[in-house]
Formats: sequence, C-alpha cells, structure tokens
Amino acid sequence: MTPDAALIRYVTRLGDNSLILGQRMIELVAASPELEEELANANFALDYIGQARMLYTYAGEREGRGRGEDDFAFLRPEHEYRNLLLVEQPNGHFGDSTVRAVLFESFYVLLLDALTRCGDEGLAGIAARAVKEVRYHLKHSSQWLVRLGDGTEESHARTQQSLNDLWRYTGEMFASDDIDKIMRDEFDGPDLNVVAEQWRKAVAAIVSAATLELPEDGWMASGGKDGRHTEHFGFLLADLQYMQRTYPGATW
Amino acid sequence: MSKHEWPLYEVFIRSKSGLSHRHAGSVHAADDEMALTNARDTYTRRKEGVSIWVVRSDQIVASDPAETSAFFEPAEDKIYRHPTFYEIPDEVENL
Repeated sequence: MTPDAALIRYVTRLGDNSLILGQRMIELVAASPELEEELANANFALDYIGQARMLYTYAGEREGRGRGEDDFAFLRPEHEYRNLLLVEQPNGHFGDSTVRAVLFESFYVLLLDALTRCGDEGLAGIAARAVKEVRYHLKHSSQWLVRLGDGTEESHARTQQSLNDLWRYTGEMFASDDIDKIMRDEFDGPDLNVVAEQWRKAVAAIVSAATLELPEDGWMASGGKDGRHTEHFGFLLADLQYMQRTYPGATW
Repeated sequence: MSKHEWPLYEVFIRSKSGLSHRHAGSVHAADDEMALTNARDTYTRRKEGVSIWVVRSDQIVASDPAETSAFFEPAEDKIYRHPTFYEIPDEVENL
C-alpha cells in the first residue's frame, strides 16, 4: 500500500467512527431524560457528523476520483465502513450510551491530540478543530459516568454492567494494523501503544471517581477496522442510507 | 417511582471580555457542574459568550414586588443623581 493510499483509508476510517457514533446519538434525539440533556446530545451528535463531513471531504480530495462526502456516507456497502465496533453498539439504556461515550471519547481525544502533530497538514488541521469538541464531550460524558456510578445502588449496578459489557470492544482501538503503522512511520502519526497507556490511566481515573471497577481484560472483539461488523450494523446502515438509496441524488 | 425535579439554576453570560455578565435564562440540573455544562449547551450554542456563571435560583435574594413603591419610587424625582450634566468623551464606550 502506498503511503497516500494508507492516509486516505486512515482518514476515511476516522470519518466512519464519527459518522456512526453521530448516527447512534441522533437515534436518541427526542428520547433524552431532560430537555437540557436533549440539547447537549443533539449538539454532540452534530459535532460528530460535522467531523465526518470534514474527514470524508478531505479523503475524497486526496483520492482525486471525484467522490464527495455523500458518496462516503451514503453509498458504500457495509464492509467498506471501517469504524470501531464500539461506536456501532446500540444505545441501550442511558448508562450504556454513557459508558460507550466515555470509553470512545477518552481514546479519541488522545488520538486527535496526537494527530494535531502529525505530518499531514490537512488532517492535522481537522484534528485541531475536532479535539476541542471532543474534549468537551468527554467532560460531559465522564461527569455523567461519575453521577451514575456514584449515584444510587441501581444506577451503580447497571452502569457497572454496561462497563463490563462494552469492555470487550476496547481492545480494537489499540490493535495496530498496516494502515496505523504506515500512518505512524510515514506521517508521524500516533503511537497506539502510547495512546493505550495514556487511555488506561485516564479511564482508570474516571472509573474510580465513579466508584466502579475496571473490568478484567478478557477476550476482545475485533473486525470493525477490517469492515467486519457486529449484527447491529446493518440495521443502522439501512436507517442511515435509506433516503439516498431510495431516491438517488435527492436534495431538499 | 416519584419524579423529583432537578433544582433550577439561573444562568448569567458574559458576551465578550470587558462587558458584565447578563441574565440569559435558567436551566435544570442535578448539581453545580451539570448546571454549568447545561448552561453552555443551552445558551452558548451560537457563540453567545466567553464566560458563564450559574447560581441556584433558590440562593438568589430578590426584592419583593409588593415593596416596589418603597424600594424604587423615591429615586424617581432625583434627577440630580444621573450623570447627565457631563459631556461624555467619544472614546468612552459601553456607558
């Protein structure tokens, strides 16, 4: 794989994470427990969709084959999406969504921070913009984790269960593949071992503030980065792509 | 299960450096930190501010509407308290 091809795939993958998590959060619109939380969730979802737009547009430019953001978002089959399995997991209850957000955002904020210093100017610029948004998202989600974990007996037990259930999707974030390696060697990209170490510390601190227990590292799910998804993904994609597939090129 | 309402917080926003905080509205929140983030997400989505204060509504001591005449009417005929007899230099802003 040429460095350029790897960069394009790397950027697309980042876009996929943002788009899919944004789509999951949009499913929660009109379902938040409080009006203020409703606004926050919708704002964050749109932040992620905005990041996906920037990343896809940039990937399309670098690719130079005339693909735009919509082609990436709406017209690819399931196996061409290379997002982490974690972000496609269903919203579940509020504790599940909160844990998913904390686990992903505490990783993503470190990754973006490293990418602001990478050798590709375009990607570094997008990362600089996105990292500010995600820093705030993480603040929000980790405050919620503390409230739920250190809340009532029931919220504590359910949030611990969410953490145990979703933990198996965290290994994939740090499993470096060819694209990650080229990104690191050719573009001064993030070292996933370093990110993993920082992430563990950060998550341990939040989890302990929430009076929860870090789960044991057991079997870890993987496949998202290669386009092999969990069974939930097809339904998400059907929802996301329905309009463009049914009315190709529709605008309003 | 009974639904407890979260307490109400009043939100004050400074729109830019040099100006003072102004009352923007109110939010519900379970604690102080949440009040601050809720205020940020509700009232500064369109770049309205550079600083936010929140305060529990029940902590605000307010004047009694029934006492309006005692509180405010005596100031009505004291025109000499207004600095209207000075010329204001052009350079002075926000007065």
